[in-house]
Amino acid sequence: MRKFFPFFAVLIVFSMLLAACGGSAPTEAAPAAGGEEAAPATQSGSTLQTVMDRGKVICGVNKAVPGFGFLQEDGSYAGFDIDFCKALAAAIFGDPEGRVEYRPLTAKERFTALQTGEIDVLIRNTTWTLTRDTELGANFVATTFYDGQGFIVRKDSGITKLEDLDGATICVGAGTTTELNLADVFAARGISYTPLVFEGADEATGAYEEGRCDSYTTDKSGLVARRVVMADPEAHVILDETISKEPLGPVVRHGDDQWFDIVQWTVYATFTAEEFGITSANVDEIKATTENPSIKKLLGLEGDMGQKLGLSNDWAYNIIKYVGNYAEIYDRNLGPDQPTYIPRGLNSLYTDGGLLYAPPVR
Amino acid sequence: MQGTVPESQEKIPFWRNEHTLQWIAQFTVLAGVLFVFWLLYANMQRQLEMLNLPISFKFLQINASFDIGESLIEYSRSDTYLRAYLVGVLNTIRVAVLGIIFATILGVIVGVARLSNNWLVNKLAAGYIEILRNIPLLVLLIFWYTGFFLKLPDVKEAINVGGTYLSRRGIAFPWPLPTETYATYRWVLWLGVALAVALGYALYRQGKKTGRMPLYGLWSLLLFLVVAGIGIVVLQPYVMDYPHLPDKGFNIIGGKTFSPEFMALLSGLVIYTSAFIAEVVRAGIQSVSKGQVEAARALGLNGFQTLRLVVFPQALRVIVPPMTSQYLNLTKNSSLAVAIGYPDIVHVYGTIINQSGRAVEMTMIMMATYLTFSLSTSAFMNWYNQKIKLVER
Repeated sequence: MRKFFPFFAVLIVFSMLLAACGGSAPTEAAPAAGGEEAAPATQSGSTLQTVMDRGKVICGVNKAVPGFGFLQEDGSYAGFDIDFCKALAAAIFGDPEGRVEYRPLTAKERFTALQTGEIDVLIRNTTWTLTRDTELGANFVATTFYDGQGFIVRKDSGITKLEDLDGATICVGAGTTTELNLADVFAARGISYTPLVFEGADEATGAYEEGRCDSYTTDKSGLVARRVVMADPEAHVILDETISKEPLGPVVRHGDDQWFDIVQWTVYATFTAEEFGITSANVDEIKATTENPSIKKLLGLEGDMGQKLGLSNDWAYNIIKYVGNYAEIYDRNLGPDQPTYIPRGLNSLYTDGGLLYAPPVR
Repeated sequence: MQGTVPESQEKIPFWRNEHTLQWIAQFTVLAGVLFVFWLLYANMQRQLEMLNLPISFKFLQINASFDIGESLIEYSRSDTYLRAYLVGVLNTIRVAVLGIIFATILGVIVGVARLSNNWLVNKLAAGYIEILRNIPLLVLLIFWYTGFFLKLPDVKEAINVGGTYLSRRGIAFPWPLPTETYATYRWVLWLGVALAVALGYALYRQGKKTGRMPLYGLWSLLLFLVVAGIGIVVLQPYVMDYPHLPDKGFNIIGGKTFSPEFMALLSGLVIYTSAFIAEVVRAGIQSVSKGQVEAARALGLNGFQTLRLVVFPQALRVIVPPMTSQYLNLTKNSSLAVAIGYPDIVHVYGTIINQSGRAVEMTMIMMATYLTFSLSTSAFMNWYNQKIKLVER
C-alpha cells in the first residue's frame, strides 16, 4: 500500500504539468477571452509577438534546390526563398543576421509543420492552389515566382515531347502539385506511365540519374536548379512543354491577419523598391535626398506605414538595405551570372511586361 | 488482514480503512489518466477548430487524383483516398507476409548453422548474425537499393537468366497466365486437397494405433503435389507469359515484374530480421538440456528423430514468443519503405495528408492499421503457442 502513494504523487504532478502545458497554448488566445467567438481577433498579433519574444523568425525552407533553397557546404542556406526569409526578418528586426532559423522540410512535411506552429512562415517553392488555401489551414500570401511544371530527360533517349514518354517510368516528389498534375495531364492525354514517388528531390533525382526512371518532373525552375547539381548536366535536357501553372510564394497559418499582412507587404516592398529603382546600394542616398512622397512613405520618412503593420517605420528601408529589392534578390540567385540562370520572363515588373504588380504603399 | 475485523470492535473510519482507500486510490488514478487524455484531446480539438480544421473523415470519399506506381488491386487517379490507402495497406501486407516467410527460413538455417560443429560454418553464421544485427535497417535498405538493385544493368542490357530479366527496372520473370481449362483445374486442386487431407488423417490414425507415427504431413503434401502436377500435364491450365525486351519503349514487357524498390525492401527486411531470428532459434535449441538428447539417443532414436521428436517440440516453446516480436518488428519496420520510394502505408499516408491536409485523421487511421496488424499477428502466434505448450499435469 505504501508503495502506491509515491506513484500516485508522481501521477498528480505529471498531470498538473500536462495541464500547465495544455493551458499555455490557449492562453495566447485567452487574454481577450470575453468569449470564444472573439478568437480570430484576439489571436492576431500572436505570431508577431511570438517571433518578437523569440528574437527569431522560424522559416520552413527547402534545402535541396540550388537557387531557391539550398544547404551549402559550409552549413549556411542560400537561395531565392531564403532571401525572402531574410527580408521578413529584416522587416521585423532590422539586420537579419542571426535572426532567421531555417527548418529544412520535405514537400510532405511542410504543411503539417505550418499547421502545428513549428514554423512561422513557409517559404519553400510552394504552389498556390485552391485546395491548399482552404483545406490545409494555410493562407497563401503572394506570388514571388511564376513557374510551370516541366520534364527533364536524358539527351540520348530521343524524347522530345510528352507523347514520347508513353510507357515510361517518371520520378516525382511526394505530396507535390506536380504529382497531381502528372496524373491529370497524362490521363487526359491518354499517355500511360508508372510514377515512382520519392520523399525528397535528392532521392528522386538520384533515382533518375541512376536510370531508374526515364524522366524527372517538377517545376521548371526546380529542373534548372537540379540539373546544375547532376553529375553531367550536359547529358540531360528539359522538355519545352509546360503542363501547368505553378505560382510559388510564401504561406502563413490561417487565422492571423496581422502576420499575413506583414509577410505580404514584405514581398510587395521588394517589388515596389525595384519599381522605384531603390537598391541596397543607393537606399541611404535616396533616403537622404528623395522628395518623392511615395518613396518617403515606403522608407518611413512620412506617414506611419510600419506601425500600421505592427512594425517599426523603417521596415521597408531595412528590407532594401539588408536584402535588396526584387531584382537584386533574383539576380543574386537566378540571374545570368549564376549557374541556375532562369530568364526573368513572367517574373518581371508589370512595367516590363511581367506579372509583378504591387499595390501602392500608402 | 484488517478487512476481517470482528463486528464487536469499533468501526474503522473510512479514511483509515485500507479497503476503501484502495478503491479511492484506484479511482483517482483512473480519473487522472482519463483527465490527461481528455486534456490532450480537447487541446488538439481546440487548436484544430482555430485553424478551421475540425476532425472529419469525409475526405476519405474524395477523389485522390494521384497515381501509385505499384498496386495489387485496380487503382487509378479517379479512385478515392480510401482506396489509395488500401493500395498502401496491401503493399505493406505483401512485403510483410513474404518477409516473414523468407526471414523465418533463412533465420532457421543460420541459427542451426550457428550451432554447427563445423568451425567454418559456425563462424560464418556468427559473423553473419553479428554484422547484420548491428547495422541499422535503414542503412541496409539504402545499401540494397542504391548499392545493388540500382546498380544492375540498364533495361537495354538486362541480364537474361533462363527467361528472367535482371535490370535496374526490376526483376521480370515468367508468370503463368490461366487458360480456358483453368476453371476445371481449380476443381482438380480441390480434389488434391481433399485426397491429401484424407491420406493425412488415415496415416495419423494408423500412427496412433500402432505407436509408430509416420510423417503424415509430408506424405499429404506429396500426394497433393502429385495430383496438382498430373493436373497441369493433362489439362494445361496455364500458359507461361515470358518477359521480353520491347524494340521501342522503356520497360520490359510481359511476365511479372518485382520493382527494385520492392526487392530492396524485401531483401533488407529479410536479411536484417533473419539475423535476429537465428539468435532466437539458437537460444531455443540450446534451451533443451543435453540430457534430453542423450536420453533420446539411448532410447534408439536416430539423429533426425531426436531433432524432430525431442529437441524441436521443446525448443519451439522457447522460440515462439520472441519470434512473435520479430514478426511484429518486421511488419512495423516495413514502414522504412518510404526512404526508397516503395508505396507502402506510410508512403501513401504521407501523400494523402499532404494533398488533403488531414494529418490528424490519417495518423489515427494509420495507427489503427498498424495496431490491427500487430494484434492479429500476436493473436495468431499466441494461439499457436498455446497449442504447442507443454501440457502440464
